[in-house]
Amino acid sequence: MKTVITSSGKTTDSDFDKRFGRADFFCVFDNETNETSFIENIHKDSSNAAGTKAAEVMVELGVSKVISGDFGPKAKTMLEKFDIQMVIIQGDGVKINDLIKKLS
Amino acid sequence: MRYKIAIASGKGGTGKTSVALHIFNLLQNRKANVELFDFDVEEPNDLIFFPNAKKIKETIVNQKIPVFIEQECTFCGKCVEFCEFNAISLIPSVKYISVDTSLCHSCGACTHACNYDAVSETKMQIGTITSYSNGNNSITEGRLKIGSAMQTMVIKELKKYIDTNSTAKIQIFDSPPGTSCSVVETIINTHYVVLVAEPTPFGLHDLKLMVKLIKKLELSYGVVINKAGLGNNDIYEFIKAEQIEMLGEIPFSTELSKLYSAGDMFNNIPIEILNAYENITKVLIAKFQALC
Repeated sequence: MKTVITSSGKTTDSDFDKRFGRADFFCVFDNETNETSFIENIHKDSSNAAGTKAAEVMVELGVSKVISGDFGPKAKTMLEKFDIQMVIIQGDGVKINDLIKKLS
Repeated sequence: MRYKIAIASGKGGTGKTSVALHIFNLLQNRKANVELFDFDVEEPNDLIFFPNAKKIKETIVNQKIPVFIEQECTFCGKCVEFCEFNAISLIPSVKYISVDTSLCHSCGACTHACNYDAVSETKMQIGTITSYSNGNNSITEGRLKIGSAMQTMVIKELKKYIDTNSTAKIQIFDSPPGTSCSVVETIINTHYVVLVAEPTPFGLHDLKLMVKLIKKLELSYGVVINKAGLGNNDIYEFIKAEQIEMLGEIPFSTELSKLYSAGDMFNNIPIEILNAYENITKVLIAKFQALC
């Protein structure tokens, strides 16, 4: 099962990014193979619909769960439509590593 | 010759509607062939002050929205590439395509982009244009539907409506506030812009923005200082330094505010305020006559 964690960098020691549509990177973690990969969010600076575009990327990646700080209404609608679970983490100072450990 | 006068301001709440209505009313009293147009489509309020005006015509304003024909669509993504507003969602792996109507600007680029005839169009209402009769003259307002963000489109339609429907010699455009697209669309191609400003630091700041815009659009303009007596003299120094035409000053009056709040715009107006509006109206009539 693939999970996306929004990330501010492209390594596992990067900070968790609390933004979904405007996150710098998406960390894709597969808990069956324990593999992680990072995808740059090309829509992070778009003037509108960044959340929708990010949600489209999630569907294309075939992930079942997304972890971020919050989700806007348009992203939420799209993710719900494709049955992708949204997990919200509000705390500060969280690293990508910490979240991967919890998922493994 | 149709003489178009726009009443605009950078800052909101400076008195555009008051000035527009008083000029309209004074021109009506002089039996001028005048019509008032409320271009503040997000919150039109001119008609509140004419409780006896009768609705004579209502036109629906529509926006074109693309409809994707899924049997024809190859999910190539060319329409998404063309869409400047990110309004199209396309997920090829699950054969999903949809449009977010709140982002669509009806530019037609997706229809143009598609090589497979997979895009047709449908209409979606974004507002209304309504004309009211007020004795010999009429008042027309554009009204944006709540939830739509296509102000400029309603304004453009109102302008087209005026060109085909209005025979008034003097056309007064009550503009939306600010200096954004909707204001540009309202004041562009008018013969004269009356800028309403208040003598406060905020009023001066936004007047400067407005003057910058008007210079770019190369329009004739002058300033009415409303609520004179408030704030400070900085605005007068700016007007003098920039050699801007001063149309008049409306003294600040709590009495007038009370009347306005009660919806009573034209009765019991303090004489000094009425005189100020009379003078402004005379100047505008002279400008109109000079052109005809």
